[in-house]
Amino acid sequence: MITSYEVAQTNKMIEQENLDVRTITIGISLLDCIDSNVDVLCDNIYHKILRIAKDLVKTGDSIEKKYGIPIVNKRISVTPISLVGASSCHCQEDFVKIAKVLDKCAHEIGINFIGGYSAIVSKGMTPAEKLLIESIPLAMKETELVCSSVNVGSTKTGLNMDAVKLVGETIKLTAQMTADQDSIGCAKFVVFCNAPDDNPFMAGAFHGVSEADAVINVGVSGPGVVRNAIKEAKGKDFGELCEVIKKTAFKITRVGQLVALEASEALNIPFGIIDLSLAPTPAVGDSIADCLQEMGLEKVGAPGTTAALAILNDQVKKGGIMASSYVGGLSGAFIPVSEDQGMIDAVEAGSLSLEKLEAMTCVCSVGLDMIAIPGKTSPKTIAGIIADEMAIGMINQKTTAVRLIPVIGKDVGDSVEFGGLLGHAPIMTVNEFSCDEFIDRGGRIPAPIHSFKN
Amino acid sequence: MEKAIITVVGKDQVGIIAKVCTYLADNTINILDISQTILQGYFNMMMIVDVKNAAKEFSVVADELASLGEEIGVTIKLQHEEIFDMMHRI
Repeated sequence: MITSYEVAQTNKMIEQENLDVRTITIGISLLDCIDSNVDVLCDNIYHKILRIAKDLVKTGDSIEKKYGIPIVNKRISVTPISLVGASSCHCQEDFVKIAKVLDKCAHEIGINFIGGYSAIVSKGMTPAEKLLIESIPLAMKETELVCSSVNVGSTKTGLNMDAVKLVGETIKLTAQMTADQDSIGCAKFVVFCNAPDDNPFMAGAFHGVSEADAVINVGVSGPGVVRNAIKEAKGKDFGELCEVIKKTAFKITRVGQLVALEASEALNIPFGIIDLSLAPTPAVGDSIADCLQEMGLEKVGAPGTTAALAILNDQVKKGGIMASSYVGGLSGAFIPVSEDQGMIDAVEAGSLSLEKLEAMTCVCSVGLDMIAIPGKTSPKTIAGIIADEMAIGMINQKTTAVRLIPVIGKDVGDSVEFGGLLGHAPIMTVNEFSCDEFIDRGGRIPAPIHSFKN
Repeated sequence: MEKAIITVVGKDQVGIIAKVCTYLADNTINILDISQTILQGYFNMMMIVDVKNAAKEFSVVADELASLGEEIGVTIKLQHEEIFDMMHRI
């Protein structure tokens, strides 16, 4: 029988430590919607998404009531639109038409994001994929809830540097087109290396072609719970510290597993994966930076930060793996800057730089996330930052991503407010030495060697 | 049987258990176990109940218990037992 201590512990996690299920994301394949006429295609997409996901919000709310745990976001991811629209989209406006339909679906269903305005161009770009990437600035301007991503490389294929260069320009243009809203369009766009097919988190969620017709993926969270657990291990050695994180990660993930199975049954859609990521929010106490600082760092960015993050990331996975039958997605600790109060504080205190963040991304999931940079940063410098981050992913066989926001009209010393889950961010310094000639080379960086690991 | 857990936390006063139990009886919810303590003047109760034959839907009962709590001046929470089982039992 459950004891009152256990009940109290669970409820303390929920009420005081911000334990929540971060997202229930339904992945929907749109491959069977394809038509050579873009209007017919849009119609097919609208009806399919509504047919499958119309009860998503209602189901999420009833699960929330049943277990007394908040389910913060309900979302949808779809097949990369560059594939879906390839036979019918002949200009940027055609692709934007699809983006608008996705936006309409999201509003009608009542979800907060829909992902999959994406292209997978790890090795080369088809004309449709190039067109989709070029249409991203307009799509981000014209829609509110559509998220976009581009995968520009993988360990097996190397890096598509033509795409990296194009994406650098795309980000800059997106920033300019949404300049009146502090370039918020860029917050809905992410560049990947080794993007997973089943990631439930935005902005990078899309429903890969390896997936079934529809699938439920769940992202759990709970940095606040982990932080409090670490607090209890104050002064203990690393062995004990790891034990504490593992046990906590196990408990958090079990809740995700429960919610995923329940949602899968209620919606009659198969369960895909649990994403074990620790995802922060701007709420006080819901911070990855706080977890690292609780381990004994004065501020994130201090020497020892990368090691601390490596411990956190690995132990979360070790604890979580046993708690769920299927683990996938990004699974690890997210380190977005604007969405994490502790990270923001560290940047403002001068402890955390872009370069240190880059080092941290070698050991955590994802990468340079939600970082505001000066609006004057050139497209080629942005491409250079992307190339660095993608190279880390390619060589280390892991997913890496970049979500940079060059805030037009703002410079180092200013800060920017995105609101809601996206938070606020101080503008960070970017190294101003040029990489233009490097980016202008074009072509591909060959796939890395898979032996002689050093 | 479908077990759920009710937790009641708040400042102690006369009749908390009586009011909660009356509500449960009115809605054909059977009480399986009660444990209760007073800690520094604060009332702390955990009930295990069977909601299988409840007269109303789970979410309605949860809402009504929460508003009953507001009337009395305590916090009442109804949660399905599975969340605790999943978290604390392998």
